[in-house]
Amino acid sequence: MAITAFLTDSTLCIGCKACEVACKEWNGVGEDGLNWSGYSYDNTGAVGHSTWRHVKFVECAPEPGFGGNAPELNSWSFSSDVCKHCENAGCLEACPTGALVRTEFGGVYLQPDVCNGCAYCVVACPFGVVQRNPDDGRAFKCTFCYDRQKAGLIPACAKACPTESIKFGEIESLRRKATERMQELQRRGMRDATFYDASDSSVGGTHAMFIVRGDPRTYNLPPKPEVPTTYLKKAWTSSAIAAGLLLAGSVIAFLSENRSNGR
Amino acid sequence: MRSNPQPDRIISAQKIFLRRGTLEASLLTDLLSRWPLIQQLRTGADGTGSEAMSEHTRKLRPKHDGAEVTPSICPYCGVGCGQLVYHKNGKLISIEGDPNSPISRGHLCPKGADTYELHTHPGRLKKVKYRRPYSKQWEDLDLETAMDMVADRLWESRERTFQETRDGESLMQTTAIAHLGGATLDNEENYLIKKLFTGGLGMVCISNQARI
Amino acid sequence: MPGLGTSFGRGGATTAQQDLSNADVILIMGSSMAENHPVGFQWVIEARERGAKIIHVDPRFNRTSAMADIWVPLRAGSDILFLGGLINYVLTNNSEFREYVVHYTNAPTILREDFRDTEDLDGLFSGWDQEKQKYDPDSWLYKGAPTRDGGGPQPGHSEAGGGHGKDRGGEAQDAARFEWDTSLQHPRCVFQVLKRHFSRYTPEMVERYCGVSKEVFLKAAEAFTSASGPEKTAAICYAVGWTQHSKGVQIIRAAAILQLLLGNIGRPGGGILALRGHASIQGSTDIPTLYDILPGYLPMPFFEADANKFADYIKKHKARTGLWSGFDKYFISLMKAWYGEGATSENNFGFSWLPRVTGDHSHFGYWLDMQDGKMEGLFVMGQNPAVGAPNARLQRTALSKLKWLVVRDMVEIETASFWLDSPEVQRGELSPESIGTEVFLFPAAGTAEKEGTFTNTQRLLQYREMAVEPPGDARSETWFMYHLGRRLKQRAKDDTRPRNAGLNALTWNYPVEGKHAEPKVSEVLKEINGWTVADHKQLQNIQDLKNDGSTACGAWIYCGVFPEEGRNRANERKPKDLLGHGWGFAWPNDCRIIYNRASARPDGKPWSERKKLVWWDEEKKEWGGLDNADYPKNLSPDTPDDLAKGQGVEALGGARPFTLHPDGVGWIYVASGLKDGPLPTHYEPLESLLSNPLYKQQTDPAAQKKERPDNPYAQSPADPRFPYVLTTYRLTEHHTAGGMTRTLSHLSELQPELFTEVSPELAQEAGLEHGDWATITTPRAIIEARVLITRRMRSLWVDGRRLHQVGLPYHWGYKGRSKGDVVNDLLAISEEPNVRIMETKALVCNIEPGRRNERQQRKESEERAAI
Repeated sequence: MAITAFLTDSTLCIGCKACEVACKEWNGVGEDGLNWSGYSYDNTGAVGHSTWRHVKFVECAPEPGFGGNAPELNSWSFSSDVCKHCENAGCLEACPTGALVRTEFGGVYLQPDVCNGCAYCVVACPFGVVQRNPDDGRAFKCTFCYDRQKAGLIPACAKACPTESIKFGEIESLRRKATERMQELQRRGMRDATFYDASDSSVGGTHAMFIVRGDPRTYNLPPKPEVPTTYLKKAWTSSAIAAGLLLAGSVIAFLSENRSNGR
Repeated sequence: MRSNPQPDRIISAQKIFLRRGTLEASLLTDLLSRWPLIQQLRTGADGTGSEAMSEHTRKLRPKHDGAEVTPSICPYCGVGCGQLVYHKNGKLISIEGDPNSPISRGHLCPKGADTYELHTHPGRLKKVKYRRPYSKQWEDLDLETAMDMVADRLWESRERTFQETRDGESLMQTTAIAHLGGATLDNEENYLIKKLFTGGLGMVCISNQARI
Repeated sequence: MPGLGTSFGRGGATTAQQDLSNADVILIMGSSMAENHPVGFQWVIEARERGAKIIHVDPRFNRTSAMADIWVPLRAGSDILFLGGLINYVLTNNSEFREYVVHYTNAPTILREDFRDTEDLDGLFSGWDQEKQKYDPDSWLYKGAPTRDGGGPQPGHSEAGGGHGKDRGGEAQDAARFEWDTSLQHPRCVFQVLKRHFSRYTPEMVERYCGVSKEVFLKAAEAFTSASGPEKTAAICYAVGWTQHSKGVQIIRAAAILQLLLGNIGRPGGGILALRGHASIQGSTDIPTLYDILPGYLPMPFFEADANKFADYIKKHKARTGLWSGFDKYFISLMKAWYGEGATSENNFGFSWLPRVTGDHSHFGYWLDMQDGKMEGLFVMGQNPAVGAPNARLQRTALSKLKWLVVRDMVEIETASFWLDSPEVQRGELSPESIGTEVFLFPAAGTAEKEGTFTNTQRLLQYREMAVEPPGDARSETWFMYHLGRRLKQRAKDDTRPRNAGLNALTWNYPVEGKHAEPKVSEVLKEINGWTVADHKQLQNIQDLKNDGSTACGAWIYCGVFPEEGRNRANERKPKDLLGHGWGFAWPNDCRIIYNRASARPDGKPWSERKKLVWWDEEKKEWGGLDNADYPKNLSPDTPDDLAKGQGVEALGGARPFTLHPDGVGWIYVASGLKDGPLPTHYEPLESLLSNPLYKQQTDPAAQKKERPDNPYAQSPADPRFPYVLTTYRLTEHHTAGGMTRTLSHLSELQPELFTEVSPELAQEAGLEHGDWATITTPRAIIEARVLITRRMRSLWVDGRRLHQVGLPYHWGYKGRSKGDVVNDLLAISEEPNVRIMETKALVCNIEPGRRNERQQRKESEERAAI
């Protein structure tokens, strides 16, 4: 079974939100409120329990004569955010019920029939992707269209995307594509283009990779996402060391007592 | 509105818990066998892979699995994107892009991607609604009755307002009955409208959204 | 579609969306293609990724600008000034594609001595009749070309006529006889007249009155004109941002001139792509639900000209040369399709049964009659004028004057419930008890629930099959029309009055199928394609049509879509190449890029290897290549023309690619067919802040304002009450007036509310706060919207002062999940002279902080105080 991934290239995104709608249509996810935000054209805010794909709009002041594609300026950018399907997934490690599983395609799948709504995964996600549905109590997030992938189909969002800003495929070939694309963008003068897959952080790489312009943080992509369970490991190690030291101390104390007793 | 994403797929852990009294031994065994700790002990895996998958997850298939598929065209703008309509037993299941279309290559915009909801949302009309003159409310009307009534109105208005000649020359028109619309309809529908209304009934006030 | 029709011959996009990927430069203007045609926009992105430059000219920086290389902010309504600036740039820099211009356009044609340009008459062409408020276009004709029937009302100039029937132009004279100068030096040749006409459209003028800095203009001009000549091509995309102006046709004409000068028509990566906003807007003019044409752009008979005169009607519209020489074949075959055996040569094939056009029976024309109580009944199918049409308040109140109204839609749209919950009822101006209109609202089938063809934006017919039955009593329009027609024919069958002769003869015996007795749609399409009357064999192509009544054909331009029993080409789904041959059927004759003879040099060889499309195959002695030739297949390039005496398409010879024109060339100058002049000229919008900087004539002289107390206008120029420019538009997330999107959850949540976009400068000047409410006022209405302050809106420096533009998307209404004020209440009903379209893209308004009710109350108390 091929290990798959998304590569979302925001230099091709036209901000149409077809991915959001295609995702909701396929997965039967409901509307999450009719709230006009006044924030650019974005009224769905962020990825959450009822928005599994989300297109962020970043508005700058455009100069006449320089369109958004001009390498000198980047006036209105769009990027489609999604669950990163981390290699070391905080949610998966935190889940006490086994509701979160790693699929044969490398994605992280939240089983709605197993989830008991404890929300450990919510706090464990370094990207703020997983969210509890307050009405139903359970947590929800992008399924990576596990059902479609099992049948050899590509996820609904990637299929709909009109400009193929969202690419889907075998992870290594997408990485190669990303490298080529980065070279191409650099050649065209887009020196601020950045490739993001968080491979040098504690999440150990993601199955949703991005090419964005400017600081990735603008697109909810933290420079060093951290899996909380790393701290857990550290904590365990520290406790283990502490316990070991204590034990050693006791033993030493005991032995020395014995020794002294033996004098 | 915050709705349940997959209402028909939910067999929650809580429900199983509540039905504990009648829980069969096999189910118990199954549940136990899926317990991550047991899995880890048995398989050496970390308990987050397939060994942790529920029966439902293991059996997961795309919702249009085994459905019939009918090629179609998006009803919104003039781009003409190809669509595939999946349906089973006369019920729509999903509508998505047709990768074979040389124009759209399988892609859809947010409107096109929402075509399934366009067909299935609860606000769709299914009955003829009728409003009497000066009435404050709608009434339901049987389709055939409505058709007869419309044919009556059309016939009577035409009778009242038709002009066969003017100054001895052929005129053959009525300007008192009009039609509006067509850019969202099929060519065959527009053809029948123009043929009947203009060619058959002499209606000249025919217009639609199209201008340039 | 006379903008494209008069320029090139056919009222349709000249190219296919996929072909945009072959372009070296793409100019998008009058369209936010990325927002309104996102999936088509993938081909623009593909071109961009291959290195093409994308130029977007728009008053607003929108999602299309965001993907472009160059964004040119423009004062709304100054499009012809900008395009004229580009034309002037080409001519002053001698950057036209000279060989193409000389051979394939009417640039060398010499005009009559009595022709006067707008430069001579301060904004008017010769022939303006001040009293009748219309042109006598005789002086516009070619020198040496005799008029067709020695005067009298000409098609295209009839008072009653709209524009669609005259798409081809040229009926007023025998345009195949003319004098010319291929050196392009004669002072009265089109080329020189054009030069003079646009000589004042300089970069300085553009800077001063379009609000485009000279630097940006030159950058765009250089980029666009660089894609010309044998090796390069540029494409232009437009939509209703060009058409919905009081001079919309002439804006498109300006683009056509530019493309002809640069040699970009009929060539890969070139052309003009008209982007249509509805699934079959092209189809609904090809097979028109319009008052002034019959299927295939055949003109409706006009009372004053055509009352009982079949022979005259044919003579007037039948050309001697070019494809319109077959006019009688197309018309008689249509009559045979409609009236079957009833149409005989003895009764002129039923010509007298067709109703005569006597006035402006377009939407706005008859709606004003409706408002005045002159109409009885109305059918509305798939349109929502109560919120979607200009001066929507008048649209709604007019409905209350009807005896009966039939609406067919998938949901309860505003038009159906105008008597129940319209703003007028909510405000107490009207009450249901006072409205006598009887209303029938029929549930309509959705696209997945019926079969049939749409014709998309690139003239492509695509067939849809029925997937599921429609719910409940929902039915297709085919079903509705068929069963309505059946009932009426039943009533008329024993009635021998002349009015029912046509109805009785009308062929209406379509076989039905299924539990709802749905007519077989493929049978209707077969009739549209046409057959031989004697043995009912499907026609293969247009050449099969006859003028003796032996063929029937419902729409000659679609002939070939169903060429044999069992072969529906619109339903074919095996694309073989980029242009999509094998997928659907493009009219005419499955040509994907029309006028493609122009992709080869006069000698038949491609202009270049890089831009080859169709060429003369010496061995096979036929036109071949990557597309079906839009040319007689075996007419060799060295065939001399016989324009002076010849007949038919062959008379054009082997090197005149625009076969619908009698002279076979593209028309830089439109001698006949337009009501407001042979060349585009800058006029201000009907409501403008500025005086026309170029001429005394302020607005398009032939445009109609339809001004009356319920359709009032601001003073123009510069009404102090309305100091800002207003422009309306659409967003990706909704469709037109929202009937198909505001009802849906997944689209409503993306754009849940009406908002207005303003620049920070305007917000400061008008005291607007981001996220708060603003009221927007025009002489027609007051509405409210939330304020979105954004740098994407830019105040422009125009004629020495700051000019602010207010943006309003127009999707909302008073029903559906997402509701909002009706932006179309703000607009006036007005008519562009050729197609009778309204002006929505450039008008004036005021914007103030606060909500509508407060503003309205204040206005009312001010009015009371004034009394």
